[in-house]
Amino acid sequence: MDLTLDNITHRYGDMTVLEDVSLRIPAGGILCIVGPSGCGKSTLLRLLGGLEQPDQGQVLQSGTPPEGCLNPLTFVFQDFALLPWRTVEGNITLVLEDHGIGRARAAAIVDDVLARTKLSDFKRALPRQLSGGMKQRVAIARALAVNPAVLLLDEPLSALDAQTRELLMDDLIDLWQRAAFTGVYVTHNLAEAVRLGHRIAVLSRRPGRIREVFEVDIPLAERRIGDPRLEALQSQLWTLMKDEAMAADQELLDV
Amino acid sequence: MSDPSQPVPYRGGGFRPSARRGIGVLVFVILLLVAEWGTRAGWISNLTLPRPSDVAATLVELWQSGLFWTHLAPSLTRLVVGSALGISTGIAVGVMIGLFSYVRAGLIPLVAALFPIPKIALLPLFVIWFGIDEGSKYALIALGTFTPTVVSTYGAVDNVDRTLVRMGQSFGLRWTSIVRKIVLPGALPGILSGMRVSIAIGIILLVAAEMLGAEYGIGAYILQAGSLYDLERLFAGVVVLSALGVLTSWAIGLIERRLLRWRS
Repeated sequence: MDLTLDNITHRYGDMTVLEDVSLRIPAGGILCIVGPSGCGKSTLLRLLGGLEQPDQGQVLQSGTPPEGCLNPLTFVFQDFALLPWRTVEGNITLVLEDHGIGRARAAAIVDDVLARTKLSDFKRALPRQLSGGMKQRVAIARALAVNPAVLLLDEPLSALDAQTRELLMDDLIDLWQRAAFTGVYVTHNLAEAVRLGHRIAVLSRRPGRIREVFEVDIPLAERRIGDPRLEALQSQLWTLMKDEAMAADQELLDV
Repeated sequence: MSDPSQPVPYRGGGFRPSARRGIGVLVFVILLLVAEWGTRAGWISNLTLPRPSDVAATLVELWQSGLFWTHLAPSLTRLVVGSALGISTGIAVGVMIGLFSYVRAGLIPLVAALFPIPKIALLPLFVIWFGIDEGSKYALIALGTFTPTVVSTYGAVDNVDRTLVRMGQSFGLRWTSIVRKIVLPGALPGILSGMRVSIAIGIILLVAAEMLGAEYGIGAYILQAGSLYDLERLFAGVVVLSALGVLTSWAIGLIERRLLRWRS
């Protein structure tokens, strides 16, 4: 399923956060969206997932979602958004319960996604017993359970420490290798963008506009930490963003 | 300085009260012993405070005469029926206020107006509306427990993490599922701690409710003793109410430990 952003402009009150953003998100690849803080990256993602309505322009979906897809546009949130009163298993069945899925099939789906995210031993654990990385794995498993057409990842690794982030990045690459998914990955971390993105869209500071879209044609599996091609790309991205990041940093928040 | 290396002085710690078993009981026992000693030694006159041992004797006597249950049973019924009515409608209204803008706009001022009214003042009115029998007593306790329950419930619903609600929406959960599986469990801690307050208020109002048209009941027993200045019986009744308060608070603690095991 393809997504298209068509001349999106969005405001919060008098403040324009996104201005005339047009972007095509074809199926099968991961698009990373990077930009200085407050540039409307997360807003863009919420617009894509239908959690917010654009003031102007529209978000279009074309093509049919895959077979057995319960929720075409599925989020993975920065703060995991797990229900603390449900176990790992319960958090995953939560998103299956409204779809009239039989108990046996639901159990099979849960077992499958837990196995894919290496969580099978933690089925009955409560979120408070899990580390941050584990919690995000549960959230990813929950997202996979509905067999989404597009995964919308909103800074999924930003709440984690650097080592956990590396591990989860490898896991995401693994998941993509085994079953290529369409992903929109919002991050402020350029290293994550060059590791995971097939394309990288750079947003300008507020009001956010698309400045440039980079194509990265190194296969995900071949991208290693310290790869000179990735480092070159990362520094290229950083020079593009540096001045704006500095300006964004010095901006008053409530103007 | 003679010794160049000294241990760094410890200045952390404190500000973290932890459970200490038996201290609560100890405080009770010490207070009772002081009162016993004072009344026996004479530096507390028996008009000021009854002797604890006499109060205990009165309680034993009350128990042996069989009148204990005669008084407690109607009081408990009034408390249970009244607060069940008040708390259940309070939770329902509180959840509605938490969920719907119009209900919120319409009812919050009303609840704010009802809350500070001393419900005891309305007792004569309730007698006219609901009759001098049990009706007026249920109504008084129900209204008294209703307002604090509403306030704590909508506060609890407001405090449910909105990112969890957004998550529910992003997975296409039905509205009823979001309320039942995300909003209500999320509000439960706040609702339960509100219930502690509500039930305590219910016990306070029990005495008020038994001011008019009650022959039996702990409240009636206390009021009767008070008008005769029979301090032993008055305190015996008060002890029963206190015990009731401790018991309900303990019961809610038990429910909390069962239902809120997911909290750290």
